[in-house]
Amino acid sequence: MENNKKEHKLKKIALICAKATLEDVYATLVLANGAVMEGMEAKVFFTFFGLDAITRKRMKRLHTAVVGNPGMRMPGGLPFPTLLGIIPGVEAGVSAMMKNQMEALDIPPVDEFLDMITAGGGEIYACKLAMDMFKLKKEDLSEHVKAVLTVGEFYELAGGEDSQIIFT
Amino acid sequence: MATKSYAGVNVEVNDEGYLTDPSQWTPVIAKELAKEENIELTDKHFEVLNFIREEHAKGNVLTIRKVGKSGVVDIKGFYDLFPGGPLKKASKIGGIPKPSSCV
Repeated sequence: MENNKKEHKLKKIALICAKATLEDVYATLVLANGAVMEGMEAKVFFTFFGLDAITRKRMKRLHTAVVGNPGMRMPGGLPFPTLLGIIPGVEAGVSAMMKNQMEALDIPPVDEFLDMITAGGGEIYACKLAMDMFKLKKEDLSEHVKAVLTVGEFYELAGGEDSQIIFT
Repeated sequence: MATKSYAGVNVEVNDEGYLTDPSQWTPVIAKELAKEENIELTDKHFEVLNFIREEHAKGNVLTIRKVGKSGVVDIKGFYDLFPGGPLKKASKIGGIPKPSSCV
């Protein structure tokens, strides 16, 4: 078992994030940072609403969904009523609470997380098609974004032995 | 658990080669441990090792972010000093347990 594990050690991970919710973006960032921490290569591709995570104006304002999210709980553990979620300010409040809890666990804000990943050699990319759709320019994106790529170019980067692509 | 000899001193290590008793650690042992990771230790390395050993002794959970904010080294510098997994390698060379954090 131990030998088997060593033979197939992952060398590279390519991650795709297409959603802008706090949890989807953080799942991507934790996986990417975890990979560079382990000495692996990490390439992250943000597309569709996932572009929010690397768009300067939006990256600090990510929210978690409080409507239509059956996993959402009240602080005491009771189910979170969907109707409560439609009240203005509730989503922002819940998202702020989640961010505070993450900070307590040393999970950084998005821009600092991107900084950590790129400092470790990870690379951040944006999807050209989605950029065109949302009328975004390279200047609108974080300085940590290495390039705007087509899907074909991203696949080229994701290749190689012992590499995996994960869609979060 | 096994006993390994570094620089003529016997120390207890676990299956992955981490020292099981941080108090058995000495800078001389660190140099031997670093050789196994193909790292030649400099004064800067020792500054980092001393920082993580102090944090461990205080019972704090170490993260890459915490090391980056230590004032000893920034994150990029930490990766440069201990290439290919800085927190794990520094912990191993510093004689403290394998890091248990995800960030």
